[in-house]
Amino acid sequence: MGGQVPIVSLLAVRDARKSFGALVALEGVSIELREGELIGLVGPNGAGKTTLVRAIAGRVRLDAGAVELLNRPVEPGSPRPELGVVPQEIALYASLTARENLEAFGRLHGLAARALAARVDWALEWTGLAARDREPVRRFSGGMRRRLNIACGVLHEPRVLLLDEPTVGVDPQSRERIYEMLAALRRAGTSLLLTTHQLDEAESLCDRIVVIDHGRVIASGRLAELIAGTIGEGRRVLLSVDRPVAEPIDGLEPEDGSGTTLGAHVKDVASELPALLRHAAAAGLEVRDVAVRSPSLHAVFIHLTGRELRE
Amino acid sequence: MRIGWLNLVRDRVALAMTFVLPVAFFSIFQVVFGSQGGRGEVRPLRVALVDQDGSEASQAFAAALQQEKALRLVTTARARRASAKAPSATLDRARAQELVRDGELSVAVVLLTGFGEGLARFDAPARAELLVDPSNPIAGPLMQGMLQKAAATAQPDGLARRGLEQFEKYAGALTPGQRQVVDAWLAQPKSDSASQSPIAEGLVSVAVTEVVGGGPNAPLIAFFAAGTGVMFLLFSCAAAGGSLLEEVESGTLERLLTSPLGMGRLLVGKWLLVTLLGVMQMTVMFVWGALVFGLELVPHLAGFALVTLATAGAASAFGLVLASACRSRGQLSGISTIVILMMSAVGGSMFPRFLMSESMQRLGLLTFNGWALDGYLKVFWRKAPLVELWPQLLVLSLLAAAFLAAARLLARRWETA
Repeated sequence: MGGQVPIVSLLAVRDARKSFGALVALEGVSIELREGELIGLVGPNGAGKTTLVRAIAGRVRLDAGAVELLNRPVEPGSPRPELGVVPQEIALYASLTARENLEAFGRLHGLAARALAARVDWALEWTGLAARDREPVRRFSGGMRRRLNIACGVLHEPRVLLLDEPTVGVDPQSRERIYEMLAALRRAGTSLLLTTHQLDEAESLCDRIVVIDHGRVIASGRLAELIAGTIGEGRRVLLSVDRPVAEPIDGLEPEDGSGTTLGAHVKDVASELPALLRHAAAAGLEVRDVAVRSPSLHAVFIHLTGRELRE
Repeated sequence: MRIGWLNLVRDRVALAMTFVLPVAFFSIFQVVFGSQGGRGEVRPLRVALVDQDGSEASQAFAAALQQEKALRLVTTARARRASAKAPSATLDRARAQELVRDGELSVAVVLLTGFGEGLARFDAPARAELLVDPSNPIAGPLMQGMLQKAAATAQPDGLARRGLEQFEKYAGALTPGQRQVVDAWLAQPKSDSASQSPIAEGLVSVAVTEVVGGGPNAPLIAFFAAGTGVMFLLFSCAAAGGSLLEEVESGTLERLLTSPLGMGRLLVGKWLLVTLLGVMQMTVMFVWGALVFGLELVPHLAGFALVTLATAGAASAFGLVLASACRSRGQLSGISTIVILMMSAVGGSMFPRFLMSESMQRLGLLTFNGWALDGYLKVFWRKAPLVELWPQLLVLSLLAAAFLAAARLLARRWETA
């Protein structure tokens, strides 16, 4: 065995299909979460992310396909103690204190009195709420509620944690705190699957990113792999010019509706930028600013899913 | 103003509450209470008649009573706890008393031995006994008046017959023709003017016996405590059932359902808690009634406990059914207000059912309140032994089971999609 930890599939979704009437929510989604991994599930609104998360949590019965936890298929309604779920809503009892909420959800997950007390104390420290554990949740800020919302899903020490938009609507300080909390969980060996619209979050936190749209996985892998497979490794050069331009000029194309920003994709900034500046000058344009952008998940995302609004 | 109007129009339940509810209530109260008034057909009073005298005159008196449209005489009944096929026997005083105490009949008239003879004499009035339920304030006095009237109607016959008997004894029998004329006259209905003659007053001496003890006020306190208590129990159970919708709205239900706790256990947990709260609510109500208004709680503690437990269990399950049938808490509060107030009106929480018309009484048995109140009245009013509570306890328990099953089925929509 050589002492190396084998890569174990903790969670696998195989060819998941689900329709709600005429609406196809999942059209053959397969993903796999390995031990200690953090996967970010990104996609436009209505792409099928929440349906997928709910299917894994046993709250949606798949039309076809399977969900496996620790290589065992699980049916909707069957117990899955190795799974923790943090819903997108703040699913807490507002009139109960932080401690009472934790105790209630811990007990629901079958924690016995002594283990429960220890886990509740741990969770209060972990979330930074120990000093305010006797206050009713309704007095908490959005960030405090979010943290407590996450804590209520991990009291039973699940090996896999599903988080649906864990940082939506919180200030940057709380978001940082939540990232620290998730990092601590990973150090303790928990594998995470999170859905998010915060692409910077997915980019910086996740080992792998799964892009889902129209109920299908349209790309997945490390950020670098996604970039290489879509927009390529180069950089995006943006020139701000003094007047609007409607037509492309020698490799420069209007980047937005105003026409005063021109963009070009370059492989080597140092060798290609001077030529771009010359082309702009030749067209009679005055360049006011130059920006060079690294390829981002945002760019990948827009490349894959388009600019059209999904409402 | 425009925003408020649009909000109201979009919310159909609120709209219904605004316009349909008052009309529905007006109609129910008209049906329930309007029929009690003089204009509608008066419900005949169901009266037990026990003829201990058995004389010709007492039978004539009974026949005269039978003529009254306002009365329906009952002279035979099956023995208590006899099967439906058992033959009916002529009523005796004890059975008549049972029927009144059980609330099956409004009042019983016992024509005492010597009644017929008393009718024919001027010096001593005929003696009768009225067995009344003090909770029904109308039946007793009404019946007393009826007795005097019947006596006046029947008495001329009796007097005439006795006169003729004396006549025939001394003067010889009537000819067949004469006999025919006399019989024809005797058979004629007598005009009501007879009841206005001076001798019609006080023809029958009536002794009134209350078959249900505790004084006339004690049962009414029990009625008000039970009526109000059951109605508010339903309201608080519906509100408590709303915690289910609160869980749906806040997302905690989603969280609970991803825990090992299933929907079934969740519902049972909520049902047990709300049942317990309901028992406490009714207990507080009756203890208050006992302390402040002299309700006899302590002697009836066991019956109270049984009926309260069954009632609270059913009310709690009812609250869960309402909650799981509604989409939002706004809808729940609207629908539960309508349903509960209607059931309370028809089921006798606002006005005793035994004073309603028979059809309304039967309709009341379709309501939750009807059965619960019957249970409480049996305990506090009729002072029935515990075993006699079985129909109410059975129905309430079955209702609780049916409501729970219905709530479980309705709650499936929150389960796996």
